Amino acid sequence: MEFKSFARVAAIAAVGWAGLLATPAALAQAKEQFFPLLVYRTGAYAPNGTPWANGKQDYLKMINARDGGINGVKLTFEECETGYATDRGVECYERLKGRPGVTLFDPQATGITFALTDKVPADKIPLITLGYGLAASQDGGVFKWNFPLMGSYWTAADILIQHIGKKEGGLDKLKGKKIALVYHDSPFGKEPMPLLEERAKTHGFELVKIPVTAPGVEQKSAWLQVRQQRPDYVLLWGWGVMNSTALKEAIATGYPREKMYGVWWAGAEPDVKDVGDAAKGYNALALNTSGQQPKVIQDILKYVHDKGQGAGPKDEVGSVLYTRGIIIQMLGVEAVRRAQERYGRGKVMTGEQVRWGLENLALDQKKLDALGFAGVMRPVSTSCLDHMGTSWTRVHTWDGSKWNFSSDWYQADEQILKPMVKAAADKYAGDKKLTRRTPEDCQS
Amino acid sequence: MLYRENGQFKTSYRADQQLFPVLQDRVAMLALLAVAFVVLPLTAPEYLFRAILIPFLILSLAALGLNILVGYCGQISLGTGAFMAVGAYAAYNLQVRIPGMPLIASLLLGGLCATGVGVLFGIPSLRIKGLYLAVATLAAQFFTDWAFLRISWFTNNSSSGSVSVSGLDVFGLPIESPVSKYLLCLAFVSVFALLAKNLVRASIGREWMAMRDMDVAAAVIGIRPMYAKLTAFAVSSFIVGVAGALWGFVHLGAWEPAAFNIDRSFQLLFMVIIGGLGSISGSFIGAAFIILLPLLLNQVPRWFDMPLSTALASHLESMIFGALIVFFLIVEPHGLARLWSTAREKLRLWPFPH
Repeated sequence: MEFKSFARVAAIAAVGWAGLLATPAALAQAKEQFFPLLVYRTGAYAPNGTPWANGKQDYLKMINARDGGINGVKLTFEECETGYATDRGVECYERLKGRPGVTLFDPQATGITFALTDKVPADKIPLITLGYGLAASQDGGVFKWNFPLMGSYWTAADILIQHIGKKEGGLDKLKGKKIALVYHDSPFGKEPMPLLEERAKTHGFELVKIPVTAPGVEQKSAWLQVRQQRPDYVLLWGWGVMNSTALKEAIATGYPREKMYGVWWAGAEPDVKDVGDAAKGYNALALNTSGQQPKVIQDILKYVHDKGQGAGPKDEVGSVLYTRGIIIQMLGVEAVRRAQERYGRGKVMTGEQVRWGLENLALDQKKLDALGFAGVMRPVSTSCLDHMGTSWTRVHTWDGSKWNFSSDWYQADEQILKPMVKAAADKYAGDKKLTRRTPEDCQS
Repeated sequence: MLYRENGQFKTSYRADQQLFPVLQDRVAMLALLAVAFVVLPLTAPEYLFRAILIPFLILSLAALGLNILVGYCGQISLGTGAFMAVGAYAAYNLQVRIPGMPLIASLLLGGLCATGVGVLFGIPSLRIKGLYLAVATLAAQFFTDWAFLRISWFTNNSSSGSVSVSGLDVFGLPIESPVSKYLLCLAFVSVFALLAKNLVRASIGREWMAMRDMDVAAAVIGIRPMYAKLTAFAVSSFIVGVAGALWGFVHLGAWEPAAFNIDRSFQLLFMVIIGGLGSISGSFIGAAFIILLPLLLNQVPRWFDMPLSTALASHLESMIFGALIVFFLIVEPHGLARLWSTAREKLRLWPFPH
């Protein structure tokens, strides 16, 4: 290579380096609440990550267009692609956390949540992990900055066992049954195990754990195990391509789809669409409804999509994961609104103030109706000791073309959950040499 | 002009054999160290430390370790991620199970455990060569992935399989702030780079290179293949193991086996190939290329306010990155480090080339 071109390369590199440093200063504007959006629109988890990300983005746009922000505070956002990888997620977090008016993070991945859980207390930014993340973080006395709103993997596992017990005609009928957990071999897939083991001990069923190596495109050996073990039920703890692959393998193995129960991350359209009719009868937990009827979805269509500003295709609006994205963002926005009630209407809230808002969320049915979420979800009310707010959820079943609800509402069994959460949180506090928050800290 | 060596006479063997025989190189290196140790900690923003410099330093260290094995001894390895994982989990277990274990000691002992595993998986190299060895080292990768996922003892019976460390300190100084983390990594990297540079100039390094260039001829002139290959595996996996422990402890804080999966092994191998096989500085340049460039490309659309969708930006990032790899390998197959040394030769004659 010629020296001249080498010099050119060096010059380009120098400019690039300077650019990398110069970015944060450019964006200093007042009266804007900034929502950093960690998303993944590429990679093995993109089919599920994309509608989720679109929902999060569209809701912010809708609030800006319909209400002009939160009490006049405009909402801004920026996406950062993590590809579901922990190190990229950490980089995104570091990149966006210093922006003015930063609100909260929703990392969309359990692995990233684990890495960020240690970082957020120092940065004073709340972390919301709706239906995922660390189950023990429900205990706000130890996990001051984590909010596993509306459910964790422990509540999910608990409710699935309750549902199966009901199907069998009582939890005592589970004795001697065999339940297999086909799981994504990562913290996400392993998180439900302690609860399932606890339940297995109480009810006397056998728990078979069958790991699937991430990202889960190759599951032949896992389903061979299913065929050999012949479990009465299969719990599917999958995400991304793993779900549709599992369903295809179940069909190939001849395992009845009616006996398969997915977690709420294994129960959306991308998981079953490719399989279509053959997936009929497959069940999964549902944190929320789907469909375009709710008022909030109509508002998004009217204020965002009709103006051609939608983040994704219009027909995807209102799908299961899209709706979940909206709920996540709504909870974040409502936390800001709640914080404004206390710290000053029409002001930009800091991460600390938003945290207070998240801890004191009180969304009753009336408020949900007013927000356009009637029927989409159950009321959420958080407190210092309970960062989850609610654990009500239902089971829905795929009929070949759409998801239909097939059960009543369930709530996780507090008697099992509470001691486990407390023990796990205490263990975490012990490992990290943290002390529980004092009652005064809880009140504030 | 910049590199004129007129008047720099070497009057002793010592002077002739020093690390940087040319005065300008010495000055430049000292300046670089001064910037790294003094100027950056005083001026750089937090994002630069946490998201760029710390991962860059740690992966440079890992690439350095791998370069000893691949670049100097010619043994292709795809098990780097595995050795990093061993270092990280060993250090974690030492930290958790032995109360009052100093951080530095557990990091180094983590590296030592990786050495053991590295030597073990290096034994096949005595029989198999080249690409076949790469496949054999792949076994290390799959084995450690399996072990750290399945054997709960390694993860201190953590229910999710994710482990985390906190409250790190070195001689009573807390390693919490980004600057302290950076300085810790920088100290490790500087010491190991110096060590590696001297090792490869010493008799052992020459044995490795002889092994790489032609193992039969090397054996004929009296180099023991077993000793040479296994020491390369040992030194390499020690450095890689320490890098792995730093990656877990300092950069991530909480990690799962996926942090050290096969992608990491490939990434490190690419760093070494692009940076320059058999070159210490090549490890750093390669790491910079592989780590910084994607981040840079990812942020380009925002500087120019280009309304690109996140997915498109991410795809473009991969495409441009891939194209650049191909471009650099075509114009300089010996790696970016060779580019620099070519430039340096030209600079020595500039502005009056013959």
